[in-house]
Amino acid sequence: MRRSTLIGGSLVVVFFLAAWLIKGAGASGESPYYSAFLITLAAFLTLAVFSFLYADNPVYKFAEHLFVGVSAAYWMVLGFWQTLVPNLIPRISRALSEQLELEYIDELWNVLYVIPVVLGILLLLRLSRKLGWLSRYAVAFIVGTTAGLNFIAYTRSNFMAQISSTFLPLVGDWTSWAAFVDNLSLSATGPLALLMANIVVVLGVVCGLIYFFFSREHSGTFGMASRLGIWILMITFGASFGYTVMGRISLLVGRMTFLLRDWLGIIAS
Amino acid sequence: MPPAPGARSIASGGRVLILTLTLITLTSSLLATDPGPGSIAPPTLIMVNDLDYDNGESLTISWVPSLDDVPGQSEVVAYRILRSSGGGQEATIGTVLAGESTFVDQSVNRDSAYVYRVATIAANGGEGYSLPTDAVVPNREWLNWDLVWLFLACLVLGGSVVFFIETARRGKKLFVRKIAGLEAIDEAIGRATEMGRPILYIPGIQDMDEVETLASLTILGKVSRQIADYDTQLFMPVARSLVMTAGRETIKTSYLEAGRADAFNEDMVRYITDEQFGYVAAVDGYMVRERPATIFLLGAFFGESLVLAEMGNSVGAIQIAGTARPPQIPFFVAACDYTLIGEELFAASAYLSGEPRQLGSLKGQDVGKGIAMAVILIGVAAATIAELTGSGFFAGVVSTLQNVFTTR
Repeated sequence: MRRSTLIGGSLVVVFFLAAWLIKGAGASGESPYYSAFLITLAAFLTLAVFSFLYADNPVYKFAEHLFVGVSAAYWMVLGFWQTLVPNLIPRISRALSEQLELEYIDELWNVLYVIPVVLGILLLLRLSRKLGWLSRYAVAFIVGTTAGLNFIAYTRSNFMAQISSTFLPLVGDWTSWAAFVDNLSLSATGPLALLMANIVVVLGVVCGLIYFFFSREHSGTFGMASRLGIWILMITFGASFGYTVMGRISLLVGRMTFLLRDWLGIIAS
Repeated sequence: MPPAPGARSIASGGRVLILTLTLITLTSSLLATDPGPGSIAPPTLIMVNDLDYDNGESLTISWVPSLDDVPGQSEVVAYRILRSSGGGQEATIGTVLAGESTFVDQSVNRDSAYVYRVATIAANGGEGYSLPTDAVVPNREWLNWDLVWLFLACLVLGGSVVFFIETARRGKKLFVRKIAGLEAIDEAIGRATEMGRPILYIPGIQDMDEVETLASLTILGKVSRQIADYDTQLFMPVARSLVMTAGRETIKTSYLEAGRADAFNEDMVRYITDEQFGYVAAVDGYMVRERPATIFLLGAFFGESLVLAEMGNSVGAIQIAGTARPPQIPFFVAACDYTLIGEELFAASAYLSGEPRQLGSLKGQDVGKGIAMAVILIGVAAATIAELTGSGFFAGVVSTLQNVFTTR
């Protein structure tokens, strides 16, 4: 380890230790030093991640490795206790269920739960050089089932629902001058705005579909419609981009609020 | 002016009729109910319906609210639903707030008969019980006829895919238009090879039950085959253990096909963590430290898409991205060199391989899009004519199409 790294690291540790002790001394409650420690640790990790904005550094590396290690272990434990245990144990063993304080589910179909157990064991066989090939059966089962289930789900949501939502009239009530004048309202919920929305939806869906035609050359009128389709998509993406960036800014505001209010106490609650 | 004699007789007859109806209503109300303490009016017309096309697992109980259940007043606080089965003891199975008039009982067993009563619960503790309903048996239906149009749609789409796969197999050449992002793959891998820097392949953060992950792994097969030919370094960090297994299998197969089995190393695919931003932290760290020349971001992405794409951009990598998640596509468009938009990601494997089977599948999907477009145009034309002319026929056409394409 380089000397400058060592000195820098020591300074960081001293700074946050001091911050913890000062925060603990000024805090109230049942265990002020413990809660101050948690807040200071969270502030340290937040700043450690922010330090990446300047450059990659040992403090960021520490936060990164800590985050990855803790979260990997956490998800493994979560998967075991929240997926495997409650779904499997109450269906395969009364004794184990009682041991784990779970209600035993006595059903005829329990025998089918042997299938996922076998598939799970097959997946674990990857660790064996000789029998590793058996794990492919489990993966193939997952991939095949996924493809089949998603075919129905997507046909329903992305195909049929999209079609039925596009049966929109492209005219309003334009049968008389009076109706025409009434419809010229610029209100966002007025008939003119709704009519414009209908036109954009129909045009967007049809031209978007044309853009995603792969088995035909995009030239001539077809090409023009395709270009209009990609323009509509890009405008939509632009609007979506702005909307999501606003969401990200609110995340930043959340972190800054934590640092300035909860940790430093600079801004009032 | 005095009323005409005829009118007087009608008015008198009307009064008699109203009086008779009131008496009948009061009598039937008294006969049909069993007021408890506090004598609050019970709900009436209790109906129990078996849900259509289900597995015989629920019954819907509906009623006309108590006459004392007046909006804005708090005389009635709730309705209690009581159930008995096979002559057994009656038990409360649920309570709903005043003003509500339905309850779905999902704790029934198929082929058992159930009898229900609904009681009005008053604020002063009084209760008014309805008469018991007839016994109702929840039935299982083997076929869900609500989904018949969905079934036909799947049949048409699946059939057209199978038809074109067979057509392609018989040797008919199928055209696929150019997709810019995929044309650039050769250039991107060549660049990494020339620079002697690694290629980073990110398959998204979802599991194998996500079609985008499947599409990404199919593309990985083609990309890694080329990487094996060029002898370039490949690294694929994953957020799901199953993707790691499938990724390793895919790359291994590609390396075997390229005759470079010795160059395959299982560490090319490494599990990081399931945690979204833990994964991002690790991948960002890798990008800064190893400076990959080429980055593929193909698969299912969420909030991490912008962070990853921005970081890849900042280290100067050529980036080819693709996802079917509309909210994430703008970030890829903004920060990557090439973006596969939605369907293009799924078309990529057919495009890259040129295999008749996959090209046939692509053509079959295009038929589906053609059908969708034709139906939309018919529906829009009918809706427009109906709006212009007020024609009942065209309104009927729109209504029929809506029924066909709306699945419950």
